[in-house]
Amino acid sequence: MAPGSDYLRNSENDGYRRRLMFLFGFAAFFFLILLTRLFYLQILQGDEYARLSENNCIRLQSIPPHRGLIYDRNARLLVDNRPAYDLQIVPGDARPMAEVLARLSELSGIPVSDFEERLERNRGPGYRAVLLRQDLERDVVGILSARRYDLPGVRIDAKPRRQYMYPGLAAHLIGYLGEVNAQELQRPENADLRGGDFLGKTGVERVYDTILRGERGGRQVEVNARGQVVRILQTVPAKPGASLYLAMDQDLQARTEALMEGRVGAVVAMDPQNGQVLAMVSSPSFDQNLFAKGIGTEEWRKLVENRHRPMENKVIQGAYPPASTYKIISAMAALEEGVVDSGTRFFCSGSHAYGDRNFRCWKRTGHGSLNLVEALEHSCDVYFYQVGQRLGVDRLAWYARAAGFGRRTGVDLDHEEAGLVPTAGWKRRRLGIPWQGGETLSVVIGQGYNLATCMQAAVMMAAVGNGGTLYRPQVVHEIREAGGNLVKRFAPEVTGRLPVTPENLELIREGLWNVVNRPTGTARRIRDPELDIAGKTGTAQVLSRKSEDEESSSRPGFEPHAWFVAFAPYRDPKIAVAVIVEHGEAGSAVAAPIAAEVIRSYLKSGKKADETGP
Amino acid sequence: MFDRRLITHFDWGLLALTLLLGCVGSVVLYSAVHAGGSVNHDGLLVRQLFWFAIGGGVMLFSLLFSYKRLDQWGVFIYAGGLLLLVGVMVFGRYGGGARRWLVLGPISIQPSELMKIALCIILARYFAKTFTGEGLRIRDLVQPFLLVLFPFILIVQQPDLGTAILLFIIGGSLTLFVGLKRHTFLTLMGAGLACVPMIWFFLKEYQKQRILTFLDPGRDPLGTGYHIIQSKIAIGSGQLFGKGFLGGTQNALDFLPEQHTDFILSVLAEEWGFVGCAVLLFLYLLFLAWSLNVAYRCRDAFGTFLAVGITVMNFWHIFINMGMVMGLLPVVGVPLPMVSYGGSSVVTMFLGVGILLNISMRRFIVD
Repeated sequence: MAPGSDYLRNSENDGYRRRLMFLFGFAAFFFLILLTRLFYLQILQGDEYARLSENNCIRLQSIPPHRGLIYDRNARLLVDNRPAYDLQIVPGDARPMAEVLARLSELSGIPVSDFEERLERNRGPGYRAVLLRQDLERDVVGILSARRYDLPGVRIDAKPRRQYMYPGLAAHLIGYLGEVNAQELQRPENADLRGGDFLGKTGVERVYDTILRGERGGRQVEVNARGQVVRILQTVPAKPGASLYLAMDQDLQARTEALMEGRVGAVVAMDPQNGQVLAMVSSPSFDQNLFAKGIGTEEWRKLVENRHRPMENKVIQGAYPPASTYKIISAMAALEEGVVDSGTRFFCSGSHAYGDRNFRCWKRTGHGSLNLVEALEHSCDVYFYQVGQRLGVDRLAWYARAAGFGRRTGVDLDHEEAGLVPTAGWKRRRLGIPWQGGETLSVVIGQGYNLATCMQAAVMMAAVGNGGTLYRPQVVHEIREAGGNLVKRFAPEVTGRLPVTPENLELIREGLWNVVNRPTGTARRIRDPELDIAGKTGTAQVLSRKSEDEESSSRPGFEPHAWFVAFAPYRDPKIAVAVIVEHGEAGSAVAAPIAAEVIRSYLKSGKKADETGP
Repeated sequence: MFDRRLITHFDWGLLALTLLLGCVGSVVLYSAVHAGGSVNHDGLLVRQLFWFAIGGGVMLFSLLFSYKRLDQWGVFIYAGGLLLLVGVMVFGRYGGGARRWLVLGPISIQPSELMKIALCIILARYFAKTFTGEGLRIRDLVQPFLLVLFPFILIVQQPDLGTAILLFIIGGSLTLFVGLKRHTFLTLMGAGLACVPMIWFFLKEYQKQRILTFLDPGRDPLGTGYHIIQSKIAIGSGQLFGKGFLGGTQNALDFLPEQHTDFILSVLAEEWGFVGCAVLLFLYLLFLAWSLNVAYRCRDAFGTFLAVGITVMNFWHIFINMGMVMGLLPVVGVPLPMVSYGGSSVVTMFLGVGILLNISMRRFIVD
């Protein structure tokens, strides 16, 4: 061998040789450890493990957590859990299957075909429990438990089930539970859920689901050949979810729902000083307990096909033309933009000519000469046509947006609608045609393309009442642990201010007070000096053009929607209310009395509470 | 130019061993997906064979050019690996609470697997340049430390603590192989021991809990603790000769989670018993010895270090995976080379073998 290559070997490779040999020895030593471990598990302990594997003895049973409860603002329980018993079977243990099913059917009175159908549908691995029947009756539970030694593989699991104490009460606000679907299981926040679990589908049950849910526990158990637990190896207790205290007042909610009985529409009442939602009613309602049990297809179809849309929360999902309630915004814009001042007067002859069209006032005989405060009191359309003509749609839109229209209020509920504040640009983008001047005249009195939710109207009205502060509506007031310790108290959240100076706001407030309290106001019939309400009526045309008969009935199904927005008492408002009754015709006749009654119940009960409370 | 010696020096033995291990893996995977009966996983087996084909193709393709090119391309390969990991952070798919996969059309890849090879290449390149025959000094270790640290951070946040730590173990093993000065070694040991309580002190309570659970699965009886018990029952019940092909019952009942990926050994142990496991261990040891022989016969430092790096990577995969399935080590997401189901892992293993074959067949070619 040449000395050169010899040198190579000595200097480097033989240096590596020692290290490589060491590396191999190292690997071999570690493999020996593995082999020793295998020897221990398979040879020394093999018999024991073989026994345990015989029947897949070691199993995991899950312990469902207790879902957090829901109370009203006065800590009255609205949503509870009750124990329910589910009948389950572990096919791998139930041998012989046919015999077990026959005996089970005989004892429970449930036909075998029901069981077979469920088994057919849930053909999983043989040692996973299959749900045969939810919510067994008590006496059946008793009979089956007494005979459990004759029923190998049969299990009765206690599982808390949701119970809504007042069926239908605040169903849209509270929401309901449903079985988790495949799409929901994919979401990262649902990683701890499994098929068959329930989760909140709407309302606060959905929005606060992760808080209410709690954490699943479980136990490792050893079972015998019949699938019955012989030993509990380890237990991890479930953690109960936190409870919600709503801002809602159950008495006021119940009273409001009674007022809306038989009508289609929405009412929302809030505290103007902090945005807390005191009552939220969407009519018609539905019974959430139907969902807690797992709703049948027939019942579901009935709810979905009802033309009054009971499943929709009309307070935040119903977008309606705001009608004359919008004149509050128009008045703000007019004053702030200097289009009119407190002394500016326009003459109403009953109609207003613009372009080739004649725009009518709701009062065909006309209002004569009026200023802004009087125009609000009488809800004169012609006065606002004049205003609209001078403002233009885009300036008006700016004020509407600043007052919270055209965007979500941010209430802590799901699927809120944003409504619509039209602008010239919006129409060009959306419909491809330029804005017509006449359309501004419709918009300024809240008709035309405008859409607003009841919630937006209430937030705006609360701000008019409290001096201009827009609050985020809050339906949950506090979150508390199962033990009662406070987790979180929701502080009021300011989302903006009305775009109006205090002096101008005072003018508008005066006009709104006159609506109710002057003998000529549009809502004079609800006047009550004790309540001291300020408000605004609205009558939303369902057809795009105003029909001939204003404020009176037209063809059935096309009657106008009735609005009323209000706050009270005038000087120090404690409640703001927005009411819409679909096809309720005139706002003054239908919606205003409902709002007045809501305000009365709240202020009267508030007095009582003030006397007795701290 | 194509050199005939490339064929004559081709390492058929290493290739045969690799394919043999692949066959063992396919048989066990067949068992894992078939014994269930109820849930059809047939697609998994087909997909795994598809991945074998892809991996084999990648391996053959990598033989066309000399491994010495990897020395030049090392920086780019490493940077590409980092880029993919950043891609996972931004566009990655969630699965089981972690973000580890990058979805590319019909397939999803796990860049942290490919990163292991990239790390071997860049470290071999660095050590080949700094190696002087004497032990490494502290200042020689700064750069390799950083090279491991960047992918470590990206993988830890996925979160995949197991794979991230594996990078440090591979890098550390290679560093020790290259050799340290005695006082460097002692300083590092001392610093490491001093750091552990410091770090522990700064961790938040829930992070401590997570690490404790990681080290002791018994603290999580509903999750990993349960997996380990089922895995031990499966292995133990295999006894000396096993329950026979398709005879497993633990695996048959879907008790074992991830039985076709990280816990595949428990299926093998249950059906083929102690004898089967011993044969598999022997095959792996032979595979490692063969790989080390490739390193031994290589004439240049880069090739030797690269071969050692890949061998060390395979060794730690085997040891950590088996140790975890037998309940000796914490449960981490480390696959069993050539046996576990998983596209990225199979391709990475084939790529590693391809590099070894490459080094082996070009050992006499000096350029």
